[in-house]
Amino acid sequence: MASTPSVKKHMQSSDKTTSDHSKSPIVRPSIPEGKSMRTADELAQATEKISVTDLSFYYSENRALTDISLSIPERCVTAFIGPSGCGKSTFLRCFNRMNDMIEGTRVEGEILLEGQNIYSPRTDIVSLRKRIGMVFQKSTPFPKSIFDNVSFGPKIAGIRRKKDLFEIVERSLQRSALWDEVKDRLSESALNLSGGQQQRLCIARALANDPDILLMDEPASALDPASTARIEDLIFELKEQYTIVIVTHNMQQAARVSDQAAFFYQGLLVESGATEELFTNPRKQQTEDYITGRFG
Amino acid sequence: MSSKPDIYTTKRRGRITNMLFTSACFLATMTCIFLLVLLIWNIIIQGKGWLSWEFIERLPSRFPDKAGIKTALWGSIWLISLTAMFSVPLGVGAALYLEEYAPRSRWRKLIQLNIANLAGVPSIVYGILGLGLFVRALQLERSVLSGALTLTLVVLPIIILASQEALRAVPDSIRRSAYALGATRWQTVWYQVLPASLPGIMTGVILSLSRALGEAAPLIAVGAMAYVPFVPERLTDEFTALPIQIFIWTSRPQEDFHHLAAAGILVLLVVLVSMNAIAIFVRHKYGKKIRW
Ligand SMILES: Nc1ncnc2c1ncn2[C@@H]1O[C@H](COP(=O)(O)OP(=O)(O)OP(=O)(O)O)[C@@H](O)[C@H]1O
Ligand SMILES: [Mg+2]
Repeated sequence: MASTPSVKKHMQSSDKTTSDHSKSPIVRPSIPEGKSMRTADELAQATEKISVTDLSFYYSENRALTDISLSIPERCVTAFIGPSGCGKSTFLRCFNRMNDMIEGTRVEGEILLEGQNIYSPRTDIVSLRKRIGMVFQKSTPFPKSIFDNVSFGPKIAGIRRKKDLFEIVERSLQRSALWDEVKDRLSESALNLSGGQQQRLCIARALANDPDILLMDEPASALDPASTARIEDLIFELKEQYTIVIVTHNMQQAARVSDQAAFFYQGLLVESGATEELFTNPRKQQTEDYITGRFG
Repeated sequence: MSSKPDIYTTKRRGRITNMLFTSACFLATMTCIFLLVLLIWNIIIQGKGWLSWEFIERLPSRFPDKAGIKTALWGSIWLISLTAMFSVPLGVGAALYLEEYAPRSRWRKLIQLNIANLAGVPSIVYGILGLGLFVRALQLERSVLSGALTLTLVVLPIIILASQEALRAVPDSIRRSAYALGATRWQTVWYQVLPASLPGIMTGVILSLSRALGEAAPLIAVGAMAYVPFVPERLTDEFTALPIQIFIWTSRPQEDFHHLAAAGILVLLVVLVSMNAIAIFVRHKYGKKIRW
């Protein structure tokens, strides 16, 4: 354990002064070739979908997030990375106000969705959640049929005609790349699907609401490599239409799917920027240590 | 040699303890089954010759060979239907409020504690309450309505507790998913939580109604002991019920009435078993689809 003290020292120094790449061979997540990742310039030009300013979040007295400011561009994938317990999920839940359901929580600062503060007292949480879909880490299908799972959102939004519902279900399942596997058994229980299929079902369920934004909390953490690859391909396709925010522990995955990345540590946003840059040339030592797997 | 256990030899002491415990449990099970079989066998022997279609069709009578159980059977059907109508919406509603709506406060804890205690109160106490409240204060007299309301008091705490248990068994992820899709609390409860907990709620409801069916004490307290030669037709009619009729017959000195009582018990058992069968059926049919 000779390396421990040096890691500590790195973490204390906030700004990276020397680049000592030559000292240790660094295994960086490779940025895939040929994928249509947005460059830093493209990111800068993209419209701002969500803007977070000085956001702090408290679980009763415990501050879980401190003064976070971040801009999330439209039709891009933003990845949140950072060690366990650093507040990624908490931050993600701030966007669709799922944290409101936990008693004793408090938010300071603001999150603007297309210029409107989602924490304004005038915000209708129900319509907010219809615009911002969420996929949870553990797939959570309702104990009902596949059809009922996907049609739940539109149904409670007031769509009653079976024909309309069916169209939405088909479109959503097709977009989530599950249609071909389930089209002959829509009335079967969703609990009979495999883990990867269930996760895609949950994506379809969120898409059925026709949201602008998709929040995904470690959507592939319980899946095998093949299913993970399918979900990643899916994210790539979906970003043409949706603004996606994804939490992931897998650096390779973050490098593969995201355009922008944000690194969190102990409730602080340490660094954010175009994935290409953050992964190849991080500005902070902590970020570098984390993405190269030296701590976390 | 090393202290690692040889996989082919069990420790002798472990083996004996294991055997003793298994036999003790087996013995306990057998004792229960034996007593139950003995009881039912005894009743079948006693009531066998007396159970007939006429027995179910005839009105009560002072003469054992003319007496039937019609008024008591119909009285019980009235009572159970009314009790179900009152106690199910109230009980499930209260459980929904406590589990899904009420803020987790000290106030809620107090209510919870009270309900748990009420479920343990002897039914005769509810009978006395029913006598004071429904029969006297509300002047409902000795009507089926009084009886059903009293039985509602008896089963309400049990239904609330059973429904709460069923609601608590629904994982929170279901609620979170529904909220995340923009469902209101009402939509979450109505479309997701309630259907998912329905098998559990139904089982609880049917089991508590079975208990209500067998209750005699609270009904006697509200005055259902009277001789009633007719089937109730209105809520305000007087009534009698199966357990009361059985009680009346067993307290007669003549041997024949004891046979009648046994036949009455058989009728009661048939009704009870069918209700429990429904509970099992519901559990099986809807419970299978739901796995977390
Ligand atoms: N419901 C809660 N009540 C109180 N504290 C919480 C709650 N949820 C999370 N926390 C705390 O907030 C901090 C951030 O948690 P969060 O779940 O956001 O971390 P995370 O970055 O998503 O971690 P992981 O990668 O392990 O999922 C942790 O210290 C955690 O203990
Ligand atoms: Mg998390």
